[in-house]
Amino acid sequence: MHPITELHYLALSAALLLIGTIGVLTRRNIVIILMSIELILNAVNINLVAFSHVYGQVNGQIFAIFVIVDAVAEAAVGLGILIALFRNKETVLADEIDLLKW
Amino acid sequence: MLTNPAIDTVFFYLFALLTLGGAILTITRRNAIHSAISLIVSLLGVAGLYLLQHAEFLFAVQIVLYVGGIMVLFLFVIMLVNLDQMAKERQFNRGWMVGLAAVAAVGIEIGYFFYRGQGSFKLAEVETPPIAAGLGNTEILADVLFQKYLLPFEIASILLLVAVVGSVVMAKKRI
Repeated sequence: MHPITELHYLALSAALLLIGTIGVLTRRNIVIILMSIELILNAVNINLVAFSHVYGQVNGQIFAIFVIVDAVAEAAVGLGILIALFRNKETVLADEIDLLKW
Repeated sequence: MLTNPAIDTVFFYLFALLTLGGAILTITRRNAIHSAISLIVSLLGVAGLYLLQHAEFLFAVQIVLYVGGIMVLFLFVIMLVNLDQMAKERQFNRGWMVGLAAVAAVGIEIGYFFYRGQGSFKLAEVETPPIAAGLGNTEILADVLFQKYLLPFEIASILLLVAVVGSVVMAKKRI
């Protein structure tokens, strides 16, 4: 068996990024779009930790902590917006919110 | 390090399977609760990958914060907002073909880059010496975080405060 190198981690991270992007672009349910954004941020974290491991430094892991902090803030604000939206429009489907559409 | 490469390989593929399988289930399930549970599986796989790379602190943070915190928030909101007819409706928007084509183009680009540019992943030698052995991962992380990255740390705490206040204000019935 091949030993696991950083290339494996980069490929896995790219795959996770693409899956998350498909979720953001194609789903209608806003909750699942927010979950796909979490997947994308996790892909970034895998990359950062992989390079941190290769270089033997912890700077990448520190950056991963900041990315997690951003993910938490984004989830809290996004779900707050979602609750306000649901109260006003009675829908959680992204393409039914078309007030600004031509 | 006391690791066996063969066991590392097996665990890498196990965690990669958990991560990617959970991610694919997350974006394809009809019921939002099933999606959330698949996302938990995926995040646990990512936590395992952190452990494989000797990032023990991030492993704990991933489980406590993501699986314990964010996912509970998601499940709470799904149950607050869930409508029964939502699962019966169309799950993908009208432009899904365009989105899939765009992602496929990016995927081909990344694949070609990996295929042609493998040699460029031989990384340059680092200037600074590697971190001292004998200290735990959390100890080293704390040293760097509270000395070199102290200002970003404080800014991140302000960001979290603003996010908490903002989400409470937005979720309130009347301001």
